[in-house]
Amino acid sequence: MFNYYLRLAWISILRHWGLSLLMVSAIGLGIGAAITTVTVNYLMSSNPIPEQSEQLFYVQLDSWDVNDPFDDGLNPPDQLTYTDATNLMRAKQAFRQSVQAQAFAVIEPTDPDMLPLIVNARANTADFFTMFNVPFLYGNPWSQASDDNKEHVVVLSKASNEKLFGGENSVGQSIKLAGNMYRVVGVIDNWQPKPRFYDITTGAFNDTEDIFVPFHLIADEKISRSGNTNCWKPTGDGFQAFLASECIWTQFWVQLNSAQEKAEYMQFLNAYVQEQQQLGRFQRPIDNRLSNVMQWLASQEVVADDAQMMMAMSFMFLMVCLLNTVGLLLAKFLGKAPEIGLRQALGASKRTLFYQYIIESACIGIIGGILGLILAYFGLQGIELLYGDAMKDLATLDSKMAGLAVVLALFSSILAGLYPTWRACHIQPAQQLKSQ
Amino acid sequence: MLETGLILRALARNKIGALLIALQIALTLAIMVNAIFMILERQQQMQRASGLDEANSFYLTNTIFAQDYNIISHLQTDLHTIRNTPGVIDAVQINAVPLSGSGWSMALQHQPGEDKDAIGAAIYLVDEHGINSLGLTLIAGTNFSQADVEIRQDGQSTWPSKTIITQAFAESLYPDDWQAAIGNTVYISQHQPMQIIGVVKALQAPWNGWNGVERSMLVPFHRASKGSYYYIRTEPGQRDRLMPIIEKALAESDKERIIRRVTTVEETRARSYQQHNASNKILITVVITLTLITGFGIVGLAIFSINRRVKQIGTRRALGATKGQIMRYFMLENFLISSIGVTLGCIGAIALNIWLVNTFNFAPIGVELIAFGVIALFIVGQLAVLYPARKAALIPPASATRTV
Repeated sequence: MFNYYLRLAWISILRHWGLSLLMVSAIGLGIGAAITTVTVNYLMSSNPIPEQSEQLFYVQLDSWDVNDPFDDGLNPPDQLTYTDATNLMRAKQAFRQSVQAQAFAVIEPTDPDMLPLIVNARANTADFFTMFNVPFLYGNPWSQASDDNKEHVVVLSKASNEKLFGGENSVGQSIKLAGNMYRVVGVIDNWQPKPRFYDITTGAFNDTEDIFVPFHLIADEKISRSGNTNCWKPTGDGFQAFLASECIWTQFWVQLNSAQEKAEYMQFLNAYVQEQQQLGRFQRPIDNRLSNVMQWLASQEVVADDAQMMMAMSFMFLMVCLLNTVGLLLAKFLGKAPEIGLRQALGASKRTLFYQYIIESACIGIIGGILGLILAYFGLQGIELLYGDAMKDLATLDSKMAGLAVVLALFSSILAGLYPTWRACHIQPAQQLKSQ
Repeated sequence: MLETGLILRALARNKIGALLIALQIALTLAIMVNAIFMILERQQQMQRASGLDEANSFYLTNTIFAQDYNIISHLQTDLHTIRNTPGVIDAVQINAVPLSGSGWSMALQHQPGEDKDAIGAAIYLVDEHGINSLGLTLIAGTNFSQADVEIRQDGQSTWPSKTIITQAFAESLYPDDWQAAIGNTVYISQHQPMQIIGVVKALQAPWNGWNGVERSMLVPFHRASKGSYYYIRTEPGQRDRLMPIIEKALAESDKERIIRRVTTVEETRARSYQQHNASNKILITVVITLTLITGFGIVGLAIFSINRRVKQIGTRRALGATKGQIMRYFMLENFLISSIGVTLGCIGAIALNIWLVNTFNFAPIGVELIAFGVIALFIVGQLAVLYPARKAALIPPASATRTV
């Protein structure tokens, strides 16, 4: 029976090909737009480190100006001062902890004919790699002892290793940064968490860095920091004065494995701030925050407003397309009233009629869904093209989204077909036959 | 309009069909009006003048990696080389480039002290060639002199005693009369006095999304820093020729630094507003497609409703109705449906706008834009129904007597 209905649907779709084309394009466009925007939102709000995101917490302390609170007092500052970050680091009260900041460096070639290379760097401490599950191609992270002993070590990204050492295992080799030699201890495999959750202050969807170096190099002025710096209090002269200042420019993450550990760490933070208040700092009410990865990303609103707005609009767009389809199906099915009347008079039950017309609606939906999928593919390509780097890796269709497209198309076309089908089933056969 | 009552009664018998079109028109109006509003807002932002001579300027980064290096003497040599290259109007060392997305900001206040209100602005570190290099217009006061230019070490906390600010910044500091700014002393970094010696017409901050983007200040500093920009303005038409020449001259004169990112200001503007442009293109596509879908939906439904009423139309024709009257019937029917649609649509457009205002800090929409949308959709409706209505008018009176 199902095949028979399919055939009937196919004949009906072909007979009114203009109308069918209109309906298929409407559903296709609606689904295409919806899937395009849903994909972008889905990728922007995805969990970059699902296995660990509940245990990693971003630390915020309100060290800001009492006269002019940060973010109008709604949220504490989004980074820590060097003083606080190093104090928390030294206290070692969490299961794991890592302080980090953005930096840049010039790699000087050993071969005088080669050009020097400017690279983006991340200055961090040893736990960074274990906390964030950074995959290693060669070697290992540097150890805590390396941090403590202020060793000159470096971890390279896969791409930098290819540029500098032709992709070979470079562990044990050295590179020269600002006149000092650094020993390569590890090479990272492909690693591009999106969003780049560990530091979103300079853009949530940036690429990971080219090299990773110990954080202590910044204080020793062996490496230049870059990234976001925000100050509320005038600083003194020189770099040491800057380090001691109230400027915020470091990010601090801790790993806490249970609710209890979290509660204890919060207590420790509160005690720390109270202690600092004795020293004349932290004049604002205590407002310490520990946000896990997804809470942190949500509070910093990493999903672009544009993306959300476009998604809302694309769903309204889909609504228009569906209303369109409902109207057209209604017109089409009611146009078949004489035929329906005849079939009913010959013994077709309402149920059979219902099946027949719902299957016809579903067929249109599936064709529309496939068209929608194709349009979404091109739509995403278009978005990547138009937005450039800002949308890199955020506009790719995966199987999940493709499945969603087909399900959404099927669901919405059946929904659109429901009322017209219901009306078609309630046509009075006697009336139709009489008028003929 | 005797027919209006008749049409309404006929519509009442096919409520759902009419309602579907009306709802479609309503949603289309709501989306269209808000989308056009967003497009216009972005367009306006993109049209703000940066104050720069954008077409004839470019910049590059100078990154020094050598350990013992006399930054200031090299800076003087570099500037001398660039300024004396034929075709170059002027050049300057600067700490940040307008529209580029990264830069510095400082705040100025009328009274010294930690608890006094201060107004933030972008700060550009230049010398006496700054105004000429950037292509700014000094509208009051004077430029810096060579003697004003101090050398700034990295991490230095003191500032020069003179500044030139933009008119927009002067208006924020002196709301009553921006010209009062000239000669006045303000305070930077809470306590350090600074005299406003000049006002330039416009110079945007590096961040296009900042609500203070028009507030900028210039201070006379040469930076003894290992990383800085050189900003170069050329004679019209000379920019593209000079870019590789200057890059090469600098790179070859000194191997202890890297010259990189030779970029035109036009590229910087394009990159700065890339998202605006992209969103606008998408929104324009949405508006066009939506209108087309609604239009074709009206055509399709009208054709079907006419096909169902062939006999009735024939009867009317047989009873003496003219072709014009038949056409008018369908046009009027569409007009009535559209009226319901746009009425609902106005409510929808405002509701959507309120949601956008509350969720995304959007500006409230203007009435004239809604009026424009209403008229546009009436026209779309009438155009869409024109072809089916003509078809209806061509139904011969004889079809009243034929059986279908």
